[in-house]
Amino acid sequence: MAETSNAHTEAPSGGAKSFPPFESDTFASQLFWLGIAFVLLYVVMAKVALPRIAGIMAARRESVDRDLGAAAQLKADAEAALQAYEKTLAEARTRAQTLAGETRAKLNAEAEEARKELEAALHTKLAEAERTIADTKARAMSSVRGIASEAAGAIVGKLTGLAPAEHAVAEAVDAVLKR
Amino acid sequence: MAVDPIHQFEIHNVFPITQIGTAQIHLTNSAIFMAISVGLTMLLLLGTTGSRRLVPTRMQSVAELTYELMANTLRNVTGDEGMKFFPFVFSLFMFILFANLIGLIPYGFTVTSHLIITAALALLVFFTVIIYGFWKNGLAWLKLFVPSGIPTFMIPLIVVIELLSFFSRPISHSVRLFANMLAGHITLKLVAGFIAMLGGVGFVGWLGAIAPLALTVALTALEFLVAALQAFVFAILTCIYLNDAIHPSHDPHPAH
Repeated sequence: MAETSNAHTEAPSGGAKSFPPFESDTFASQLFWLGIAFVLLYVVMAKVALPRIAGIMAARRESVDRDLGAAAQLKADAEAALQAYEKTLAEARTRAQTLAGETRAKLNAEAEEARKELEAALHTKLAEAERTIADTKARAMSSVRGIASEAAGAIVGKLTGLAPAEHAVAEAVDAVLKR
Repeated sequence: MAVDPIHQFEIHNVFPITQIGTAQIHLTNSAIFMAISVGLTMLLLLGTTGSRRLVPTRMQSVAELTYELMANTLRNVTGDEGMKFFPFVFSLFMFILFANLIGLIPYGFTVTSHLIITAALALLVFFTVIIYGFWKNGLAWLKLFVPSGIPTFMIPLIVVIELLSFFSRPISHSVRLFANMLAGHITLKLVAGFIAMLGGVGFVGWLGAIAPLALTVALTALEFLVAALQAFVFAILTCIYLNDAIHPSHDPHPAH
């Protein structure tokens, strides 16, 4: 700092100095160089620098717009795919339900049929069995009657010593049985 | 051990170049700093945009920032029709900005601390406005000085006032920048000079020099602000004056 101020203090200006910005003999040089510098700057800015920056920014805007467009397109595609997937899923579910319903109905019908057949067969068997029972019972009953008649005849024979007429005993037994 | 705060504004002739009429043209320190301003502007705008990156580097961002700042300012003031003056306004802004900023570097020279330079730039704007105003609007451009909706008896007075304000524009335009640069640098030099003077006193002086040192730091920061602000003020006034050439009626230009 000291050097600076020394240097400034020892400015090579002997007599009364005028104020530098008002020293008119420097004006020509300043204006000359200002003209060259400013015209050069203007030409380079107008012809090269500013169009280049404008181009860069336009390209950037374009690129951003394009990317945003592509992103929107991809989003729409994704949404469409999602919708298609959901539609397919819903269809599949409906079909599965239909199929399940049909299968259930078919199985029910088959089961019902089988049950009916079985029931019919059972009925038949039952009827046959009942008939057999009835036959057997009738036969048994007629056997009982025979045995009872014989037993009654024998008892009468033993008690009385007489041999009763067979059909009279049978009538008596029948009368008892009917009671 | 006085400090001469004016010394920094002296123009030194490095070597003579040519002679135009009676005027000697020298390569001067001023010319060298003009060249540095132009060079730095070109370096910023061309050097950083060469690769034309879509995702800009930091310096390319700075270049684009200055572009957008001036483009938006000009468009807001003059509308889209004013954009043909964009290279002009942008060149003015960058030239003054770099001239102001590099002038703050110690041992530097501030091109814009000379009235002849700021006056030349202000007159360039002034004549651009007049020539473009007549070229685009013909004599209708003179309506600029006759605002509509004024009572008839007031018109002469208003026209005089409008003319006065119009012709004082280059004065205020140039003196504002010149005076800001001049006063800022003189203040800086004086305050910084106290440091050297107190430093020469001895140990107590060193302690006493802390205050002017702090003030110098603060003033330097302020001067950087002023340097950028005055460049912007010069540019925005240029935009406003150009708007008068493009839209001479006082109605606000249609919003873009």
